[in-house]
Amino acid sequence: MGILINKDTRVVCQGITGQAGSFHAERMLEYGTRLVAGVTPGKGGTTHLGIPVFDNVLDAKNNVGANASVIYVPAPFAADAIMEVAEAGIELVVCITEGIPTLDIIKVKKYLSNKNTHLIGPNCPGIITPGACKIGIMPGYIHTPGNVGVVSRSGTLTYEAVWQLTQRGLGQSTCIGIGGDPIVGTDFVDVLRLFQEDKDTRAIVLIGEIGGSAEEEAAEIIKQEITKPVIGFIAGSTAPPGRRMGHAGAIISGNKGTAISKITALKDAGVTVVDSPADIGETVARVIEQTKFFQ
Amino acid sequence: MKVYEFQAKDILRRYGVCVPRGKAISQGHDVPETFQEIGSNRCVIKAQVLAGGRGKGGGIQFANTFAEAQAIAAGMLGTHLVTRQTSQKGIEIKYVLIEEAVSIKKELYLAITIDRSLQTPILIASTEGGMEIEEVAKKLPDKIIKEPIDTFFGVHPFQMRRIASKLGISKISSARFNNLITNIFNAFINNDCSLLEINPLAVTADNELCALDAKMDIDDNALYRHPEFEQISQYQDVSPVEALAKKYKLSYISLDGNIGCLVNGAGLAMATMDIIKLHGGEPANFLDVGGDASLEQVTQAFKIILSDSKVKAILINIFGGIMKCDVIASGIIQAIHEVGIHIPLVVRLEGTNVDIAKKILANSGLSIISAKDMKEAASLAVKASK
Repeated sequence: MGILINKDTRVVCQGITGQAGSFHAERMLEYGTRLVAGVTPGKGGTTHLGIPVFDNVLDAKNNVGANASVIYVPAPFAADAIMEVAEAGIELVVCITEGIPTLDIIKVKKYLSNKNTHLIGPNCPGIITPGACKIGIMPGYIHTPGNVGVVSRSGTLTYEAVWQLTQRGLGQSTCIGIGGDPIVGTDFVDVLRLFQEDKDTRAIVLIGEIGGSAEEEAAEIIKQEITKPVIGFIAGSTAPPGRRMGHAGAIISGNKGTAISKITALKDAGVTVVDSPADIGETVARVIEQTKFFQ
Repeated sequence: MKVYEFQAKDILRRYGVCVPRGKAISQGHDVPETFQEIGSNRCVIKAQVLAGGRGKGGGIQFANTFAEAQAIAAGMLGTHLVTRQTSQKGIEIKYVLIEEAVSIKKELYLAITIDRSLQTPILIASTEGGMEIEEVAKKLPDKIIKEPIDTFFGVHPFQMRRIASKLGISKISSARFNNLITNIFNAFINNDCSLLEINPLAVTADNELCALDAKMDIDDNALYRHPEFEQISQYQDVSPVEALAKKYKLSYISLDGNIGCLVNGAGLAMATMDIIKLHGGEPANFLDVGGDASLEQVTQAFKIILSDSKVKAILINIFGGIMKCDVIASGIIQAIHEVGIHIPLVVRLEGTNVDIAKKILANSGLSIISAKDMKEAASLAVKASK
């Protein structure tokens, strides 16, 4: 069934009447996601795209029942929107919004630490269990149901990897973009553990990038806990130090966060690391073939 | 956003941190006046550039007389400072900071930054002030003191005592030290810093704790709630092209190669640079048009690449998600109509509205080399650039 979401997931969309929220809510509905409510303060009682709109998340949850929320509200209001979901007792919140100040996310994470809410993002493309539920902004058609779990810090590079898989007939169990900010709700380690437990996931693709030490921490866990084959790629081998490469998280400072450090750590943990981003699909196919042979 | 030393010191001063008396001047400004305002004969003249290693590069010099200070300041302004952190060309010195020279008993290191793993701010201190902290961490890891800070409480008094004791300054100035920590933590939080580094923090002859240097990085994502930094950002050293990119909210970084890249998404943009290099080419830039670029942004992005004279071929790699491929196609055509193109253009499009985009490009009559995937795109672009 994939991880975190499935065909029964009932989704609230915060910021549904905004331009981005509206556009992507429509795409989610087209994909078959059970989008059950929208939230826009001041627009409670109206409907949008045929869906009831509420003033706040708790109202939405109490009226229609929901266990996930997706956030498209502007950055200055996004931290509050995430905490509102947690306060309403909804288990999963996917924050698409980019540009949230780091100190705000630190506060959010503190707030979530004693709540039962799982945050994906911010600044991420979202999560999709192909054929069942899409929460986010990824183009639906590039995905196909199957057994490869994909986790990535990037957006479009994830699409690239997924598309390579789909074109080779390799479907995906669940694909998660964890986001490109220095601090995110769900990290590689969380997702790797979920994929390890998930019966539908047979191989894992991990796409990292320069900056921080999330990939090194992932490598530790892979070494200790993950028995499924992992195929990795790290973007930014050619990036100069000290320059932020678009994502707030993608910066090499001092000796930390280099592609070499990450690639070495992953290889050391038994991950098949591909040099070229164009070879991800091909390599997954090869690794799965080899694993079959040994089973 | 990085701010200059003199700007960071102004901010620290407002937060009650002791910094040397001083003033920044630019070309054409009066050194003598400034000199008298400082009220000290022995002073230090510091080149204001956003790069480390200034001392060794000759960007920090002492003067004992007024005439000397004047000569040094005049000699620095308008020249380029080369340090191990700059390019070989160096950075133009537009401002110098003239400060009273402080008599130093001891040099310490103090900084607050964000610990991404712990997901909190973290205070870093060391007795080895004046050195680069990466060097200290490598050579003398025991000399690095780290205290994570809970943003709800701030720095606990027991943490302050622990740091002061490890720094060996408990006896001389614990009250001053506690004040200093509180003040820099407040400065860090209230200004949405991602880094606030004081190196060296001097223990002066009269046991004052004085910030002799200050490095401050502001979280770009938080600039919207700091209108006061708008003025500071005007001092920033950016090339005209980078300023133009910023105006159109494009993420652009100029590099040394000759293949211009236009990509959507930071991860894919980095991966595109990587694959160019794997095929034996060199990217001329990093350019992420963002997730949801408008026609105008795409046109500007393309023009920025075309304006770079070292570019010998262009590679466009788009995986449309929110970004629609037809917007990219129209942007390219519009830019070419406006400024023309005399170099090969390789285009790889995939994702939302890709079929419409391909039709638009095919009907444009432009000579475009289209690639079916990323590998082919990279190999064609590298070939075209040689």
